[in-house]
Amino acid sequence: MRFLLRRLLRALLMLLGVSLLCFAFTQMAPGSFFDEMRLNPQISPETIATLRAHYGLNRPVPIRYAHWMLSLAKGDFGYCIAYNSPVGPLLWTRAKNTLLLTATATILTWLIAVPLGVWSASSRRRLADRFIGASSSLMISVPEIVVAVALLAVAVRWRLVLVGGMVSLGFDDLSLWGKVRDLFLHMLLPISILLLGGIGVVERHVRASVSEILDTPYMNAARSLGIGRMRLLFRHALPVAANPVISLFGFFLAGLLGASLLVEVVTGWPGLGPLILEATLSRDLYVVIAATMLSAILMIAGNFLADLLLIASDPRIRDGEAHAQ
Amino acid sequence: MPGPLLHVKDLRVRYLPESGGKVQALEGLNLEILPGEVTGILGESGSGKSTLASTLLRLLPASAECSGCVVFEGEDLLTAAESKLRRIRGSKIALIPQDPAVSLNPVTRVGEQISEVLRAHLRLSRSERKQRVRQLLVEVGFEDVDRIVDAYLHQLSGGQRQRVVIAQAIACRPSLIIADEPTSKLHSELHCQILALLANTVAQHDTALLLITHDPTILAGFADRLMVMYAGRLIEQGPAESVMRRPLHPYTRALIGLSHGHTSGNRASHLPSIPGEMPNPLHVMPGCRFEPRCSEKMGVCATTDPQTFSPESSRLVSCLKYGN
Amino acid sequence: MATETIKANHSPLLRVCGLTKHYWTSGRVWRKRTLFTAVDDISFELSHGKTLGLVGSSGCGKSSLARCVTRLEGADAGEIWLEGVDIARLNSRELLPYRSQIQMIFQDPATAMNPRMTAAEIVQEPLLIQRRGTSAERQARTAELMREVGLSPDWMNRRITEFSGGQRQRMAIARALSLQPKLLVLDEAFTGLDLSTQAQIANLLLDLQATHSLTYILISHDLSLVARIADEIAVMSAGKIIELGPVRQIISTPTHPVTQSLVTSHHGFRVQHAAAGGFA
Repeated sequence: MRFLLRRLLRALLMLLGVSLLCFAFTQMAPGSFFDEMRLNPQISPETIATLRAHYGLNRPVPIRYAHWMLSLAKGDFGYCIAYNSPVGPLLWTRAKNTLLLTATATILTWLIAVPLGVWSASSRRRLADRFIGASSSLMISVPEIVVAVALLAVAVRWRLVLVGGMVSLGFDDLSLWGKVRDLFLHMLLPISILLLGGIGVVERHVRASVSEILDTPYMNAARSLGIGRMRLLFRHALPVAANPVISLFGFFLAGLLGASLLVEVVTGWPGLGPLILEATLSRDLYVVIAATMLSAILMIAGNFLADLLLIASDPRIRDGEAHAQ
Repeated sequence: MPGPLLHVKDLRVRYLPESGGKVQALEGLNLEILPGEVTGILGESGSGKSTLASTLLRLLPASAECSGCVVFEGEDLLTAAESKLRRIRGSKIALIPQDPAVSLNPVTRVGEQISEVLRAHLRLSRSERKQRVRQLLVEVGFEDVDRIVDAYLHQLSGGQRQRVVIAQAIACRPSLIIADEPTSKLHSELHCQILALLANTVAQHDTALLLITHDPTILAGFADRLMVMYAGRLIEQGPAESVMRRPLHPYTRALIGLSHGHTSGNRASHLPSIPGEMPNPLHVMPGCRFEPRCSEKMGVCATTDPQTFSPESSRLVSCLKYGN
Repeated sequence: MATETIKANHSPLLRVCGLTKHYWTSGRVWRKRTLFTAVDDISFELSHGKTLGLVGSSGCGKSSLARCVTRLEGADAGEIWLEGVDIARLNSRELLPYRSQIQMIFQDPATAMNPRMTAAEIVQEPLLIQRRGTSAERQARTAELMREVGLSPDWMNRRITEFSGGQRQRMAIARALSLQPKLLVLDEAFTGLDLSTQAQIANLLLDLQATHSLTYILISHDLSLVARIADEIAVMSAGKIIELGPVRQIISTPTHPVTQSLVTSHHGFRVQHAAAGGFA
């Protein structure tokens, strides 16, 4: 339990650091939400000054930070000027959509990449291995934005999937099956882009890890005891190979989240991505900070999950033997 | 007299390393193992004794090439189908690997690892397997079976690990156990215990044992037959007691002399030793492999490959000294 | 000061007093860390040109003791007098000149050698680090060292992967000798070698001791080997030296039960062996 508490405390400290940095950077960035209003001759400087006072922008930075922390405690996450509402609720709806996208992409990526990696490792230097290896390398080397634009072009040209947004108009009138189908068709494009970016990396790591395990004396010993090939791979090698792969999981989530924000913008998925983009462009600073914080929370949660999985999967770590190995 | 359990004929293995060249690891081995007999294979590192162990179960790396035959129950293991071989490994021929510290899976409970062997070869229910695992653990000398069943590799001591590996090997009552240096990684206090355990187990179930070692002391009073390997060749074989008492090959004599020269408590000015090193298997020279280090070499030794001679009944030796 | 130096000449090469070393056991995820005493108030003396054998089962603290004596690790308490200087008290800068006087040789030296390096590079690395001599002088010294440990200087440019286990151990000895140490600490240096190679290396060490009046601490779990090379044997158990004395005395009249069991297992082999019959 002490371990969990220590981890939790560290995560909180990290979040505090992230919020401070975010705040500091947004203050240092030139311009503010009202700069564009200033160019509009129909709005008087007095009006702008009143507005600034209304949103508390004329107060000193430490005070504003303290205020923001207070609103954080209430779950408001500050105030969004453009939408004229607290950031919190706004963010939650968007975050749910992002989470739906990333969680689905994560599960699918790992479901596809792990067996591929194991297969590739078990047929080393044979045709299957070479083919999987070449495709993975290709997937890794093509940037996500290129994949996204290419797939978007294909999708629009041949109308294969539904592009833009998360659901069609009239979604609420559809039957349950119709709703699922509609959502699925909308998700297909962003998910495909994310999969193409993620599978290669995970597959390569799984292959490297499993193929290292296959060469160990204990795998040889298991083989000498007459244990079948599939059982050797999935029951004997994979649990040991899982260790470095799980460590990858934390990093993978961070990368996927970054990619997801980009993909959301390109495919018009109403997640955090477009929100952050809009907010940054219009210098709606509380939204930017809150969204960044939320990404940080998701990442920390991902890493925490990876740690827990590691403890569950490796008795050596549970007993504090990992350093000795 | 019953026929041999395992018959090896003209076995040759060579490795083709990626750096090029050929390493001749085994050169024309002929040997027989009788049911229920303890055969000791004595050889130093580089003699090919571990290669022999892996070849018998066809567990060589892909870079190895082998020829000859290994006949077990009327079937040549070198050409048998992989599925047939899988059914023999662990159930009829079991291997006790060199270092138990790296021969057990680090993330699976010990009980499960023994159970895996049973699962691979016998049709038992889960509870029957559990019960059988506990019996096996008792058989290899554990008292706190409850703890061991659920223990992981890193929670066991060296001697306990070796016992677990032995339990795996005897799980399906094989007719042949190959033990590759089963005690070399243990301290001297544990040697006797583990050897006694092995001796008891094979005697009780009339299992044949092929005991591979570099240390002649562990074979004395244990092995029925003794074979000595040097640089990929079998250079001497015969009844263990007679070979130990009166080694014929100069190498065997020197090797046994090494372990025998211990005079406790007397600080020696020099210890008995064999000068030189085993020949590099990448550069094979004609003649007897031991010739450069031999204290009894003759002129012909450098040029003529020694054949196998039988100077007396049931003894075989590859040395030109016994040629005429 | 003068009396100090005179005393140093008469005093043993190494005198260890009350050496103690603790370790924290690595914290388990759900459990607390605990303090563990690896070396517990150990004292002994070692004269010039003598060999002390340090035996005991694994985990008895013999390797920790070696690491403390060589100052690879700092001790928590105690003194280590090397020719009249307490090196336990020196900081790392003051220690530098004494580092070369104590050298350590480990089991399986190849793991500590870069496989891309040649034999000559490995042997002369300490000279290079200490910036001793010119390049030509170092090369000449390397050839001499290799000859001394029984390696042909013609092999200077071979990579270490081309050498056998015994030859690598010879290289490790040559490398340790390059700085002309007074004390060599051999930690399981024979483990994993063939019997004939063990005997060769043991003979080499005996020869080097005779020519250079070297002092050895020989750590091993194999009593039979230590008994043939050492002058005195110290038996360790649970961080303490439980018995210390001349080899003959330890082997013939062991007093502590741990020593007795070590000696019987050592004899056990011989007895078993003798039962198989004598040799021609």
